[in-house]
Amino acid sequence: MKRDPAPAPTMPQTHGVVENPWAALRAFTDARIGLGRAGVSLPTDKLLAFQLAHARAQDAVHCPLDIDALREALTQALDLDAAPIALKSRAEERAIYLQRPDYGRRLNEASREALEKCAESVEPKRLAIVIVDGLSALAVQRNSAPFLQAFIRALAQDTDDWRLAPITIVEQGRVAIGDEIGELLGAAAVLVMIGERPGLSSPDSLGLYLTWAPQVGLRDDRRNCISNVRPAGLCVDEAARRLMGLLEQVRERGLSGVALKDRSEENEVESIGSTRNFLVAD
Amino acid sequence: MSTTYRTRVGSKSYRFQGLGELMAKASPARSGDALAGVIAESAEQRVVAQMVLAQLPLTTFLNEALIPYEEDEITRLIIDDHDAAAFAPIRHLTVGDFRNWLLSDQATPEMLSRVRAGITPEMAAAVSKLMRNQDLILVAKKCRVVTAFRNTLGLEGRLSTRLQPNHPTDDVTGIAASILDGLLYGSGDAVIGINPATDNVAQSIKLMRLMDEVIQKYEIPTQSCVLTHVTNTLEAIEQGAPVDLVFQSIGGTEATNRSFGFDLATLAEAEAAAQSLGRGTVGQNVMYFETGQGSALSSDAHHGLDQQTCEARAYAVARKFDPLLVNTVVGFIGPEYLFDGKEITRAGLEDHFCGKLLGVPMGCDVCYTNHAQADQNDMDNLLTLLGVAGCNFVMGIPGSDDIMLNYQTTSFHDALYARRALGLKAAPEFEQWLARMQIFADVDTHRLSDRVPAAFARSLRQLPGEASHEA
Repeated sequence: MKRDPAPAPTMPQTHGVVENPWAALRAFTDARIGLGRAGVSLPTDKLLAFQLAHARAQDAVHCPLDIDALREALTQALDLDAAPIALKSRAEERAIYLQRPDYGRRLNEASREALEKCAESVEPKRLAIVIVDGLSALAVQRNSAPFLQAFIRALAQDTDDWRLAPITIVEQGRVAIGDEIGELLGAAAVLVMIGERPGLSSPDSLGLYLTWAPQVGLRDDRRNCISNVRPAGLCVDEAARRLMGLLEQVRERGLSGVALKDRSEENEVESIGSTRNFLVAD
Repeated sequence: MSTTYRTRVGSKSYRFQGLGELMAKASPARSGDALAGVIAESAEQRVVAQMVLAQLPLTTFLNEALIPYEEDEITRLIIDDHDAAAFAPIRHLTVGDFRNWLLSDQATPEMLSRVRAGITPEMAAAVSKLMRNQDLILVAKKCRVVTAFRNTLGLEGRLSTRLQPNHPTDDVTGIAASILDGLLYGSGDAVIGINPATDNVAQSIKLMRLMDEVIQKYEIPTQSCVLTHVTNTLEAIEQGAPVDLVFQSIGGTEATNRSFGFDLATLAEAEAAAQSLGRGTVGQNVMYFETGQGSALSSDAHHGLDQQTCEARAYAVARKFDPLLVNTVVGFIGPEYLFDGKEITRAGLEDHFCGKLLGVPMGCDVCYTNHAQADQNDMDNLLTLLGVAGCNFVMGIPGSDDIMLNYQTTSFHDALYARRALGLKAAPEFEQWLARMQIFADVDTHRLSDRVPAAFARSLRQLPGEASHEA
């Protein structure tokens, strides 16, 4: 639609704040554009909105996992016979966890012994599901039960019989702790569900890491990842669908990680969303 | 054979096994050196190590390689490219004397650029360990490194910005919206640079074209860059894509760079390929590098060295390829390497100082993640300190929030704060463009226009289904 050329709009001003008419572009991005300005600085409301987002992200990092509530929620949501097994890493508290990633990758002695004992009483299974607090207990608390419901529904429809090991929940853990757990349980593959590093607008993002033939000491290039699982990001049904696709490939080829990636697939242009650049449209 | 360094302080005797350990123990405290197990065991041991280091002749660093010459191509680069004539005016100094000399009135900007090729990264790292923050600022301020492509960067009294319009799905309208926002806040003279969400050749070419079209249409005296792997950019050049700058993350050991998937020969090939396109108008610096303390350790490629020494060695890689831009991404790596605002600030000042002393056009991504003990106030402080130190450029992002990489860096507003508070300006060619486009009402007083500039108002009216801005 053609429009008559209009004079350049003046930016409205209220109480010393110059507003930006292009703030309407926020319909196309979550980026904090068109914030306006007081002089050249942030207006008070925008400053406080940022501080609130940062406060939430920091709280998400430091908020401890309510492991009893999570075990209870999972038992009910998944109709489990026994509650998931609670485990701890070698990082005793948050400050140590943040500075010693190596401690977060290994179980502490008591947890290792407990899991060894448990492994004696169960047959080796094909898939071990490990829930880890990671950098956002909030993500795990909020999203792990809904995701597992969707995932287990999808597994039930699969022609293949994915016998599941008992679900474990780890406090102060990193992704690689799944290797030790999967190995101890004799699992063919391990799925780690972990709270991701909170972004300013995404304090509750869950990451899914799939590793074939887990054993202590594997590098990260042996894993495949599905990121940003949360209500405002990748929804649980879509995440479960993608994970089923990955599981099938991993099982067929007997490997996981970068070796699984097909180079031709890598050259697809991201096609979701708009393709027209309004800055050069005329 | 490594030398053992011994000393006695009061009734206690100290022993440091080799130059690498001495350097590590002399480093100001940071979590990454603790993680690597190389940190000083006590505050006193740290200062004793600094005292021993202060007495070492600078020539020690030419005779004792921290990583063996035979094992590491960066050591070979450092030794083979060392310029003995440039080194002559300072060759008689100890590390402690070197600090005094750098701060002295003898060390003028001209003198500092004369001796540059005689300084090795290890010498720069060693002297930085003896320097307080104000020393790092004062000496860096005397080191000017000027580069050019479509504008001139690094001139005295200038502070440039990289406009970073990242988007989690590389959405074209989303990216264009952030570019518009940035330009209208005076950002983007260092580069318009996108970290792609989908990292492959086809996607990179799409983003390169997007930025090239904007730069051409509005005749912006700046350059673009997609921060993808160097081998992807090489492929894009072969396919005829409009490549201004070639990007690569680099580290200070050969093994680090191998884990990043390249070596020095790859960078040489990329530089030649980009230069063959002849797209620069006022200069031909075509490389853009990012660095950061901790990358060597995280690739398990640090050879037992402290992270700041590894970082300084990355600048030997950078200066070999005459880059337009280099920046440390100082707070991105996380609290296991730099724990809090204090450690991030110190590292930012060290990296800027070492880079500038070695002749690298140093900028800084003043940033932090949400699991670090840091906040906006820490970033304000580091930004201000770097502005005083004459940093070439910082990042510019809408409202400090990178919605793709999930970290916080300096905003468009922050850069204007620094320019206003410290009397700094954009690159001269870009500054003229800002005035010509009427983005600024007055560039001298850093006063933005109260109107949407006509050229951009026209584009806003092109938006589908909205853009009626009768406010």
